[in-house]
Amino acid sequence: MSKRAKALFLSFLSAATLLLVTGTAGADESTWNLNMPRGVTEVSQAAYDIHMIMMWICTVIGVLVFGFMFYVMFAHRKSRGVTAANFHENLTVEILWTVVPALILIVMAVPATTALLKVYDTDNPDIDIKVTGYQWKWQYEYIGEDVKFMSELRTSQDEQYGRSPKGEHYLREVTQPLVIPVNKKVRFLITGNDVIHSWWVPDFAVKRDAIPGLFTAAWAKTDQPGVYVGACTELCGKDHSRMPVVVEVKEEAEYAAWLAGKKEEAVLYKSTIGKQWTNEELMAKGEAVYGVSCAGCHQSAGEGIAGVFPALVGSSIVTGPIEDHIGILINGVAGSAMQSFADQLSEVDIAAVIHYKRNSWGNDVGDMVQPIDILNYKQNQ
Amino acid sequence: MAHGPSENFFSRWLFSTNHKDIGTLYLWFSFAMFLLGGAFAMVIRAELFQPGMQLIKPEFFNQMTTMHGLVMVFGAIMPAFVGLANWMIPMMIGAPDMALPRMNNLSFWILPFAFAILVSTLFMEGGGPNFGWTFYAPLSTTYAPDTVNYFIFGVHIMGASSIMGSINIIATVMNMRAPGMTYMKMPLFVWTWVITAFLLVAVMPVLAGAVTMMLMDINFGTSFFDAAGGGDPVLFQHVFWFFGHPEVYIIILPAFGVVSQIIPTFSRKPLFGYSSMVYATASIAFLSFIVWAHHMFTVGMPIAGELYFMYATMLIAVPTGVKVFNWVTTMYKGALTFETPMLFSIAFVILFTFGGFTGMMLSIAAADTQYHDTYFVVAHFHYVMVAGAVFSGTAAVYYWLPKWCGRMYDETMGKVQFWIAFIAFNITFMPQHFLGLAGMPRRYSDYGLQFADWNMVSSIGAFLYGGAQLLFLYNVIRTIGWGKPIDDPKVWDGAEGLEWTLPTPAPFHTFSTPPVVK
Amino acid sequence: MGESTVHRGVLVKSLIGAVLMFMFAIFVLPPLYDLFCEITGIGGKTAGAYTATDIKVDTSRQVEVQFVATNNATMPWDFYPVEHKVLVHPGESREIVFYAKNLTGKDMVGQAIPNVLPNNAADYFHKTECFCFNNQPLAAGDEADLAVVFIIDPDLPASVNTVTLSYTIFDITDRVSTQVSQLQ
Repeated sequence: MSKRAKALFLSFLSAATLLLVTGTAGADESTWNLNMPRGVTEVSQAAYDIHMIMMWICTVIGVLVFGFMFYVMFAHRKSRGVTAANFHENLTVEILWTVVPALILIVMAVPATTALLKVYDTDNPDIDIKVTGYQWKWQYEYIGEDVKFMSELRTSQDEQYGRSPKGEHYLREVTQPLVIPVNKKVRFLITGNDVIHSWWVPDFAVKRDAIPGLFTAAWAKTDQPGVYVGACTELCGKDHSRMPVVVEVKEEAEYAAWLAGKKEEAVLYKSTIGKQWTNEELMAKGEAVYGVSCAGCHQSAGEGIAGVFPALVGSSIVTGPIEDHIGILINGVAGSAMQSFADQLSEVDIAAVIHYKRNSWGNDVGDMVQPIDILNYKQNQ
Repeated sequence: MAHGPSENFFSRWLFSTNHKDIGTLYLWFSFAMFLLGGAFAMVIRAELFQPGMQLIKPEFFNQMTTMHGLVMVFGAIMPAFVGLANWMIPMMIGAPDMALPRMNNLSFWILPFAFAILVSTLFMEGGGPNFGWTFYAPLSTTYAPDTVNYFIFGVHIMGASSIMGSINIIATVMNMRAPGMTYMKMPLFVWTWVITAFLLVAVMPVLAGAVTMMLMDINFGTSFFDAAGGGDPVLFQHVFWFFGHPEVYIIILPAFGVVSQIIPTFSRKPLFGYSSMVYATASIAFLSFIVWAHHMFTVGMPIAGELYFMYATMLIAVPTGVKVFNWVTTMYKGALTFETPMLFSIAFVILFTFGGFTGMMLSIAAADTQYHDTYFVVAHFHYVMVAGAVFSGTAAVYYWLPKWCGRMYDETMGKVQFWIAFIAFNITFMPQHFLGLAGMPRRYSDYGLQFADWNMVSSIGAFLYGGAQLLFLYNVIRTIGWGKPIDDPKVWDGAEGLEWTLPTPAPFHTFSTPPVVK
Repeated sequence: MGESTVHRGVLVKSLIGAVLMFMFAIFVLPPLYDLFCEITGIGGKTAGAYTATDIKVDTSRQVEVQFVATNNATMPWDFYPVEHKVLVHPGESREIVFYAKNLTGKDMVGQAIPNVLPNNAADYFHKTECFCFNNQPLAAGDEADLAVVFIIDPDLPASVNTVTLSYTIFDITDRVSTQVSQLQ
């Protein structure tokens, strides 16, 4: 038995060590990933390096201690006819194995401190971006640029519930990614809107909690364009796993063009807000908005979830006076999951989704609401 | 007062003031909770078997992760060790019973009510607690389901139970030791439990304070944790972890005690470095009060705070290392045999140390930025909690069960259980390190395709591990009912200590006249 | 009997200990935490109103001060800084303005919660006047310019060149219902 025990222990240990070693080699897009990405920023590389140092120190200590233990388990078995010794203390070794680990710790504290100093070096940024966590999406605001948008999961409910095949970027795709330029120090000012979220981009080693009423800061600067995917890492309710972070790092010129485009979009949007929308246009737009922003709670056919999320079918708000319906989308319901959508959806989106709800799944109110009505409601309340 | 247990089943168990009966109640209750919490874990792993939502809804998934944590920590592990303490401490220090027997009865019997309340919320409108076992505000206050009040009530009762149980242990150990049983002669299990009991008395009220503040925020308009009213959600985390970090040592210290009893027995050699073990335990307990914010490295503390908590946390490695070295040196030049309790204890040392290594990695704040709230952390604390508390608890049951019931368990079945549990445990939790490093956050009800393979491996391991527990249950029931009767007081030839001088099975009342310890 | 008195002694002492820890958690930890935050700047909290003493203006140095605003949860107001950033000399007193508008049809009360980043600058960021010292009632459709007057302390660590002052505005109408009625 003990022989088999030893063999298994050893094979476990060697397998573990092997995994750690091969992990360093790191295959990029493998689904059998073993190790942390090295990342593309100074901070992420510092985090990676200290991670590897720690792992190797632990591996060496582990091999020494367990090696000795396995030797003992092999050599000092009763079945080999040994008799037990009777010693039970030795001051010298006891002092030794208190002091030596303490010294190792002191040595490790040096790189650990240097790495941490890098994390906190948020001074003198080139670009500031406010990141706000919402249940369950992110809002990005380019400070001083008048550019602000929501970034939501794009993966459909059908994919999530197995009604259609999952795409390559399942749960890693958003409506609009955050875009930043290369070689600029970007500072993220992170805060929360409702509950605590946490904004994480592994390749930047940026992870800061998004806490309502509090701002935290982190930074990134990279010379490698690309798309970097992250996640929310603080439990924030039911769709905690459905609010990915996607950051696109672009060359400077591309970034400038993108930013200009965003600003133009905003101006253009303001000019089309007065247009009269037809029933068909509103229904089509509304269905799309509903799928992304409402179906998560109120469910795809407006049936809701009893006791948690109210049904919209036959709801007194949805079939009642339109002002109340607009009001609830603009102002939300305090203390519930129904938030204010005034900042999150455009006037067009709000008008369309209201129209859609009032005229779907058996609801048949038949009235019309135009984007301009929403704008007026906001301004004149 | 020298009479046996009451003949009537209900009056024997409901009104019992006997430390052995109450110990038995605690152990069965904790095993029932262990199976329930395990069932929740199975639901979680079944849902995570593949990407996509197959079995349950995300809101129910969150209730499962929360209840799994609460039930395992407060329902399974803590009562298990209180049960062991009830059974063993009087026998180990030569006392006739616990110091406060009626309070002992009360502290047990309120527990089933606490968990009945907690579990019943799963069937209420709005569902059970869904904010994680760490229940961070404001998710657990402003945004919580209405059932949060039942959760708070349940936590209060559990806390009261733990405090009463701890006071009982402190009073027993301080006042009821046999003549000659000085503090520095007490078995290490008793030592670790006394220290644990002091920790419990100190921090369970802090948990009670945290949930009371929540209760007031939710129902009475205060704003301890609400920034709008001048409070701060981060304060909740400080209060919680001021309780929470000592709490994890409350779970692991008695496990250290168990292993420190078992390894010498099967090494046939006294424990190496007894006094340094005591000092190491005390210093771990002390350190547990000054490292709490290492759970909060990503909230954006000032760098000075982060550095302090990093250094203090790294220090824990020193006393913990001393313990591991002592256990290994106890085995050195012994005459080792590998019965089931010893196998579980050795696995404890290996896996706990592995969890300790990842703990050291987590203490490095810059690297923790990457690990924090990922599956790396989940893997870390399951190595410490499951391989630590559950493995040592299993070892303790196999080690003392023959003494308790006078029947020997089936050694082959015990070993089979051990190997399944050991291998399945590693299949379950080793891949979770890789998942975390590759970027999978914890408490995720669904994940991207890049995490699919390791999740499937982990789920398979979890089902196997769950199966091993059923084998454990079967082996224990079989032993009690049909095991081979034994009457050797020592049971194990290398066992030392007062409990082994008593007849086997241990009679209902023991040490009515105190033994004298030389 | 003597023995049970001994047990009772332990019981009573432990219970007192437990009750004290409970009181500690509720009555001592929160204020202690606030104090700690103020001293160390944890969470970027700033102290209350600052009374200006004669601080020398350090014209050899310029610090960039940025302003950020965010709305909490269901707060439907328009709320933003009029200027996004200013350059100031340490020691110099400067007034800046946040714009707020109640877009809704009901009277509301807002409360702004300030934050200063980086944490180690919070101690050196003095507000002599701030709308965040009081709550802000706004009648339906009303707008207001909310002023902050601040001084950066010349002792601001040399490593800090950018300071960010941010406000989160909360809807506290339900908490202060009396003030709403006064607006009528």
